[in-house]
Amino acid sequence: MKKFVLRVDLRWLIALLLVAGRCVGPSFAQSSSDAKFLEALGELRTATYAQKGTIVEQLAQSTHPNVRAVLTALLEDRLYVRNDDQKVFLVKSAAAGDTTALDLIDPLSLKSAGSVPIDGLTKIGTNNHLRRVLETTLARFGLSSPDPSVRLEAARQMERSLDEANVGLLRERQAVETNPKVKKEIATGLALAALNGSEPKALLGAISTLRGSLDPNARNRLEGLLEKNPDGSFVESDLQVRQAAADAVKTIDRWHGFYAGIETLLFGLSQGSVLVLIAIGLAITFGVMGVINMAHGELMMLGAYTTYVVQVAMPHHVEVSILAAVPAAFLVAGLSGVVIERTVIRELYGRPLETLLATFGLSLILQQLVRSIFTALNRSVVTPAWMSGTLEVNDALAITYNRLYIMIFTIIVFGTLLAVLKFTRPGLEIRAVAQNRAMARAIGIRSEWVDAMTFGLGAGIAGMAGVALSQLTNVGPNLGQSYIIDSFLVVVFGGVGNLWGTLIAGMLMGIVDELLEPYAGAVLAKIFVLVALILFIQRRPRGLFPQAGRAAESQ
Amino acid sequence: MLGAPILNQVVPQSSALHMGPYGLTLVSKYLCYAMLALAVDLIWGYCGILSLGHAAFFALGGYAIGMYLMREIGPRGVYGDPVLPDFMVFLNWKKLPWFWYGFNHLGFALVMMMFVPGLLGLAFGWFAFRSRVTGVYFSIITQALTYALMLAFFRNNTGFGGNNGFTDFKDILGFDLHSDRVRVVLLVITAAALGVSYLACRVTVESRAGRVLRAIRDAEDRTRFLGYPVESFKLWVFVFSAVIGGIAGGLYVPQVGIINPSEFSPINSIEVVIWVAVGGRGTLYGAVAGAVLVNCAKTYLTSSLPEVWLYALGALFVLVTMFLPRGIIGLVPERATWRERQRIQAEKISR
Repeated sequence: MKKFVLRVDLRWLIALLLVAGRCVGPSFAQSSSDAKFLEALGELRTATYAQKGTIVEQLAQSTHPNVRAVLTALLEDRLYVRNDDQKVFLVKSAAAGDTTALDLIDPLSLKSAGSVPIDGLTKIGTNNHLRRVLETTLARFGLSSPDPSVRLEAARQMERSLDEANVGLLRERQAVETNPKVKKEIATGLALAALNGSEPKALLGAISTLRGSLDPNARNRLEGLLEKNPDGSFVESDLQVRQAAADAVKTIDRWHGFYAGIETLLFGLSQGSVLVLIAIGLAITFGVMGVINMAHGELMMLGAYTTYVVQVAMPHHVEVSILAAVPAAFLVAGLSGVVIERTVIRELYGRPLETLLATFGLSLILQQLVRSIFTALNRSVVTPAWMSGTLEVNDALAITYNRLYIMIFTIIVFGTLLAVLKFTRPGLEIRAVAQNRAMARAIGIRSEWVDAMTFGLGAGIAGMAGVALSQLTNVGPNLGQSYIIDSFLVVVFGGVGNLWGTLIAGMLMGIVDELLEPYAGAVLAKIFVLVALILFIQRRPRGLFPQAGRAAESQ
Repeated sequence: MLGAPILNQVVPQSSALHMGPYGLTLVSKYLCYAMLALAVDLIWGYCGILSLGHAAFFALGGYAIGMYLMREIGPRGVYGDPVLPDFMVFLNWKKLPWFWYGFNHLGFALVMMMFVPGLLGLAFGWFAFRSRVTGVYFSIITQALTYALMLAFFRNNTGFGGNNGFTDFKDILGFDLHSDRVRVVLLVITAAALGVSYLACRVTVESRAGRVLRAIRDAEDRTRFLGYPVESFKLWVFVFSAVIGGIAGGLYVPQVGIINPSEFSPINSIEVVIWVAVGGRGTLYGAVAGAVLVNCAKTYLTSSLPEVWLYALGALFVLVTMFLPRGIIGLVPERATWRERQRIQAEKISR
């Protein structure tokens, strides 16, 4: 560790010396900044990598406003020389499609400067060393950015190479920084730097700052204080410092454990919400109507394919197409459900095993139908930008947006369904028919119509689940098959005819799955869950929350 | 069907009626499937237990024989290890796992082929029937069972060859598996096994116990109230059926030459149910006929019209359950009524 720091220091020293050597002379500061800027850029064309490093330093010291853009471009391999006139230009990041020509940007005005075929340009290359120099340089720029998130990122970047220059910059910034998050990050950085020293007092101060940090680097460095030399003596001689460091490591570990627990819980909940989502539709058709719908998975598949079709139909609005796909999938799957109910299932009421077989046949037909239309290849559904990425709560806790949105989506679907069943007229009729068909008919409810609507509702929800699944797995003809057993188990586990049971069962299964996974691996965890459920169903054949009273007896 | 060995052995190769090894394997395959269908029909048709995981017993029986065949390869494998099968060498295993001991003897493998499915059936059935898991619930957990087994067997470190399962078998008891003579012998054994299990099932369903089984199918609670131990009747018929399934699988593997975890996939089990439904649930010969018919159709369609096969199978499910609740056997009721008419007439005359 120490050795590495020393080497970095030397490198910087050399760079600084070179800069000093080149910048002697009064003209640099006074001359027109634009001209100087362009001159430095021009030098980049022919410079060796070592010289380029110096030029980058030089540019960094100048106050020209476009330095940052140019250096970023250099780092991202977007700085080119036009062969005709040997002028340096930035290019736009390679746009999709056209790879034969590049759009130029003028380094002074940062405006578009036409486009040039790619063989009329020469790239200004970088090597690893130069890229590192660029990264730290840009980080320094970032530290004075008005945007706090940029400053935070810059502070993090600088923590990775804590040389004197960076420490100095951090210290300067600490004095004026107002944002608490950035301030904390800077404090962490400075404390990390202070660990390099040997003064016990300074060390103790640094350790107490680092206690609260979740940065893995901080923990590593603290642990470094506790290491022993090969001869058995401690690297750090001061006992007090060692004790403080050990204590801090313990605290950090405790926090990490805590956040890891929260993360597992969140992952479990998000996996559980997928299970709930795929099972609610079934909870309606199986739970409320008593119909075993083995084609449930294929209705989800229809929903997923609808998402794909909607996306293809509106190529210019990929970002919102998924929102449009939700109602579309509901309609497509729901209508299919109504058709299935009217043609097949109504003939088989009261014969659950036959219903199971017939709907299984339907699922095969639907699979083959999709295969005939879309081929057996998987279709890719683009994830809109607002759904990708990660929400980082802190160094130890991060959750991807798509998990988050699926949780929210599940809650919305579940809540809406409950509200529909509870507060609307059709919902009332559905409940009436489920509770006592004969009585419901007697008071004038068209039970056949209600059956069709109920089945359509369950199928429609399956379709909406398909929209969510299209973001998680491949959209292919086998999509439904892989979820059907899970969804049945959730419903049976939760207790047939009980929506809340389905919710709790799905969430529980998701969490247990996620808890077992680190110890047993994904597949074995799944097997454990299945076996546990098989045993559970045998202990309590009516699920977690069995229906009580007269309604249960009739089943 | 039974003419197949003669067509292979007696009829000269030049004749159009000669049956090649492909045809022989196909016929034995159908016979194995017919046995599995018999097993399903025994519990579904006569006792009302719809198992959607019966292919698991079939696959377990197959794996037992497959393990013997793997050991039989011996040092002739690609890696030439005298004891370890190829996949274990490949996965860098040092010694044989304990559950592979004994599988170098065919006798032991044959016992395991019946014992393992039987034991699983016993354990599973004991839990399920004792807590009165019935009807659709039972179907769903049997499906979950076979699904869990499939996932387990897909894993490399379960010790059964993972994804690829077992294949490249060489011989059985020293006889080359690929020779026509061995194929014919296996086919004859399969046919005999089918015959024996058919008779065993027939005896079972026509015995007094068989009547109790039908009573359970038609009115479980009433049978229980009459004092019959419904649970043990169901349990033993389930175990019996599992063992038949295991034997079918054990006969299947040496003839088709491969066993892998996809045999456990839930759709296989459901296909068996449709064979029985097509043939005619509750008639043992119907199950056999259904298995052979549907598989003939499958062989034909998957090779000549692959697009159509799933449509046909799906339509079969829907149409048979909706319009042919008694299967194709139900399509020929005239003969029975004719016979009955004769009997009634005879009674009239005698009176």
